[in-house]
Amino acid sequence: MCISCGCGSEEAGIGREADDHARMHAAGAIHRHDHAAAQDLPHDHGHEHQHESVPEHAHAPGLAPARMLRIEQDILAKNDSYAAQNRRILAERGILALNLVSSPGAGKTALLVKTIEALGDRCRIGVIEGDQQTSHDADRIRATGARAVQINTGRGCHLDAHMVGHAIAQLDPPHHGMLMIENVGNLVCPAAFDLGEAHKVVVLSVTEGEDKPLKYPDMFRRASLMLLNKIDLLPYLEFDLALCIDYAHRTNPDLAVICVSALTGEGIPQWLAWLDQGAESARAACRDIAALSGCGPDEPRLLVERGLIG
Amino acid sequence: MHEMALAEEVLQIVQDAARREGLRRVVALWLEIGQLSCVEPEALRFCFEAVACDSVAAGARVEIVAAAGAAWCNECAAPVALAALGDPCPLCGGYRLRVTGGTQMRVQQLEAV
Repeated sequence: MCISCGCGSEEAGIGREADDHARMHAAGAIHRHDHAAAQDLPHDHGHEHQHESVPEHAHAPGLAPARMLRIEQDILAKNDSYAAQNRRILAERGILALNLVSSPGAGKTALLVKTIEALGDRCRIGVIEGDQQTSHDADRIRATGARAVQINTGRGCHLDAHMVGHAIAQLDPPHHGMLMIENVGNLVCPAAFDLGEAHKVVVLSVTEGEDKPLKYPDMFRRASLMLLNKIDLLPYLEFDLALCIDYAHRTNPDLAVICVSALTGEGIPQWLAWLDQGAESARAACRDIAALSGCGPDEPRLLVERGLIG
Repeated sequence: MHEMALAEEVLQIVQDAARREGLRRVVALWLEIGQLSCVEPEALRFCFEAVACDSVAAGARVEIVAAAGAAWCNECAAPVALAALGDPCPLCGGYRLRVTGGTQMRVQQLEAV
């Protein structure tokens, strides 16, 4: 990870941009990201470190004076500021963004493929895929005709908001559409990192055991929706559906639950209805912002300049 | 192992402060870690020692300040203590709990020479 800006440059690669990014870091610790190639997205975060002169110290001879310094800063403050920037860009475009989290093999990608096929022309979807290695998942998404950018985290076990900001810039997601961020398969680490999404959606497959919500409560507490996937396999398993949902509600009483099968399509209409509702909220918020500002929804820079967003 | 990523964030905050204040060496730092945060304090301490080994905070003592978990019980309509996510309400034994405190992860202060 780049110590100066924390952007995981040695390990993470985002589509074609990864090589350029690595070169930029190799040039030295003081650098600036401008993302000029990233269309019109205002994803711009400078890293200009100011090295102030050393303040005066009064050293008593022979003593090393200790000094206490109050910091009071959130450990994730930097990630959260990138997340806020992502959220602002998505709000300007009226995009519903979801962060899909699960353990490996729960069926996130299969579910995404099914979702894209089922939505058809109703809504345009852009996908950001997170995996340690390979572009297999992005390839599967692209095969549906949807746009996808693969983030390889290298040794990293989660996506962070900085990586996702780069990927959003590269993906250039369409206005009034949806952005699906498929996180690294991991029920622990991705819980801590806000990516700028509207909701976390946790996918749990019925082959995993009903007590996963109790074993990994952080993820379920932070999610808005749990998709219980692979329910076509229920006849072959000893899986107590009601107990699983009860366990999930112990960690998060507000968690919505939809049972689905990416294979048979069962539950997909309910999932699409949930998505439609979220997408409409995102579009309505975008229209409200535009109406308040007196300019069209395609003029995000103007909104930022007027201080109406972000 | 997100503790490693968090440790790197902590080091960044410490290094920024050291540059800003012209500190030669950071000998101790205090991290406030909520009981309901998603970090294991001992793992974070271990990771920080590893990532800080060639920095201004090499060998610094890491003090963990625990912050108690707290929730609001909808059944009792009262604030309650919550030691772990998934635990029942200590008053009614129910699970209609909303976390209200103890999720923080902060760098509180540091000691430097």
